Amino acid sequence: MTAVTYLEAISQAIREEMRRDESVFLLGEDVGTYGGAFKVSAGFLEEFGPERVIDTPMSETAIIGSAVGAALMGMRPIAEMQYIDFITCGFDQIVNMACKMYWRSGIPLPLVIRGPAGGGTHGGPFHSASPEAWFFHTPGIKVVMPATAYDAKGLLKAAIRDNNPVLYLEHKLLYRLPELREELPSEDYIVPLGKAIIRRHGRHMTMLTYGAMVHQCLKAAEQLATEDGLAVEVVDLRSLTPLDRETIKESVKRTNKVLIVHEDTLTGGVGAELAALLAEELFDYLDGPIMRVAAPDAPYPYAPPLEMAYLPGVERIVAVARQLAAY
Amino acid sequence: MSEAERADLLLQIYYYMRLTRAMEDRTRTLFLQGRIVGGVYTAQGHEATTVGAAMTLRDGDCIVPQHRDLGMHLVRGVSPRAVMCQWLARGNAPTLGRDGQLHIGDMHHGVVPMISMLGESLPVACGVALVMKMRRRSTVVLASCGDGATSTGAFHEALNFASVQRLPVVFLIENNGYAYSTPTAKQFAIEQLAQRALAYGMPGESVDGNDVLAVMEAVGRAVAHARSGQGPALVECRTFRVRGHSEADKADYVPPALRQEWLTRDPIKRFEEYLTAQGLLSAERRREIEARVRAVVDDAVAFAEASPPPDPATVADYVFAPDGPIAIVGEPGATDPRYVNALDTRTGRPFCTMSQVEEAVTQL
Repeated sequence: MTAVTYLEAISQAIREEMRRDESVFLLGEDVGTYGGAFKVSAGFLEEFGPERVIDTPMSETAIIGSAVGAALMGMRPIAEMQYIDFITCGFDQIVNMACKMYWRSGIPLPLVIRGPAGGGTHGGPFHSASPEAWFFHTPGIKVVMPATAYDAKGLLKAAIRDNNPVLYLEHKLLYRLPELREELPSEDYIVPLGKAIIRRHGRHMTMLTYGAMVHQCLKAAEQLATEDGLAVEVVDLRSLTPLDRETIKESVKRTNKVLIVHEDTLTGGVGAELAALLAEELFDYLDGPIMRVAAPDAPYPYAPPLEMAYLPGVERIVAVARQLAAY
Repeated sequence: MSEAERADLLLQIYYYMRLTRAMEDRTRTLFLQGRIVGGVYTAQGHEATTVGAAMTLRDGDCIVPQHRDLGMHLVRGVSPRAVMCQWLARGNAPTLGRDGQLHIGDMHHGVVPMISMLGESLPVACGVALVMKMRRRSTVVLASCGDGATSTGAFHEALNFASVQRLPVVFLIENNGYAYSTPTAKQFAIEQLAQRALAYGMPGESVDGNDVLAVMEAVGRAVAHARSGQGPALVECRTFRVRGHSEADKADYVPPALRQEWLTRDPIKRFEEYLTAQGLLSAERRREIEARVRAVVDDAVAFAEASPPPDPATVADYVFAPDGPIAIVGEPGATDPRYVNALDTRTGRPFCTMSQVEEAVTQL
């Protein structure tokens, strides 16, 4: 057994589900002959043929809309956005067509929309998006963002088998990161939607995070342990919708301090909802203000010094964590 | 088709046109009486287009209708009771009071629920047709939109995608002269919307949308083209919205002479004259049909009015579908209750959009 990358884990998940279930198919721009802009579907066309690996025109509304139509028919389409930034071109199909379908008609819509999200790759304002807050705010769609190769595979399999629209955000910075390579179980497995995982245990503070920021938080936690003697707990949310409120609350009840870290911009981000949840339900348990580290309220910049200043990193996380610890 | 069969078919068409008009007239009355809340959209003048187009379909075909397509719904077997429950926002309506109007569907009977963003249903129609193609079926999708929706990106993306993929879709444009208050001259700069077909490499034709037999011929040709595996086709039905965009709209932006001209071309009156001249519609037969229409409408309204409102305690329910196996619609056994999409899992009962299956019209 060989250790696989985060990207290979995604590829394995789709391939295995397509082998397992004839109703699963993939459609998107350049997914067939070219194997996808990031080569997630390399070799798929040869194995599954052009009716299950569909190269589409440059039409996000047609891609997502067709996926909705196919899902209405009981298929399990996977609609790829070449970069998740382009999901805006198909926004209406998601928020009005897909998200309200079961609720108003009783017809389930087993549909996955996936694509490379997140920054750190010099992609600039149109190839670095973290669009989760829009969909986190929208009832009727599940939103997941894996941080490890194991989760990338298990969450995607769970998403494909789910009977609802699922937005699966894969962080492109993690795609080929050597340190994320891991050996995956040879048997079939899923990571259930709506279950967070504690990546590091600690009693002084909880960091709530997801996606690539999990790794920044783990590095920060290590530094805080070494330099400050702080035991920081890092909770990887994995799913934003459904949100694992129990794991979040259980952790914060033990640590009494919370730092929320996300790559998306601050205002109205996922962190704002987490903060509200904790303020409402765990007020008596908190020994300090709920604090947040996030991108500034500005569009994602291109130039490397700007990008460095924009993305939350270990240094900022450590600095804010120290303020909170001292409170 | 024998003479008698043809006579029956023509009278059935006439019945559906009359039923469509009567349902909408009653809907308007209920709105004016304050018994229907919100927007009411009707389609007086569209009956030849909507009924005629739907009459060309068979079992297994699918419609992707819009807000003025009650005629299409009724021909394909949608229940008048369900329609009235929708208008009256009842708890047993197909949307359980979550949505109104004709925003209803049942995939097992080939009806895709629309949304208010017109044009967005067309890419969805492509997805349904894609599955028909994948499953090697000889069925087709009939997807409609108005002149206004032809200006949306979704319209153009759908036509292009359908053509590239050679999907069995018939795009039906109901050009009724106005998108709300916007006349066609401000909507597009070509002579006929059928010309849009040329740009996407599919056949297109423009037809008198107030002549039900002409509509059936034109849409029938398009359906035959799509069914034969040659890809999509487009039909523009030229008709007119003789009332406002909604019942709240007086439509005083429409020149009175123009409206009057189209009122004289009323599709039901024209078809009646044709049937009478052919000796197919006696005064007695007409009275019978009128009585049947009235009975169906009365029953639908009475049923809806006796139906309960939705329970406010359920306001946050039904956002997500439950786990379980999903059937591919149209495959043998797809309505086995073990499938999550076989029944309406919100209620645990069958979907309530359609009348009894045997009442649905199929190709005669």
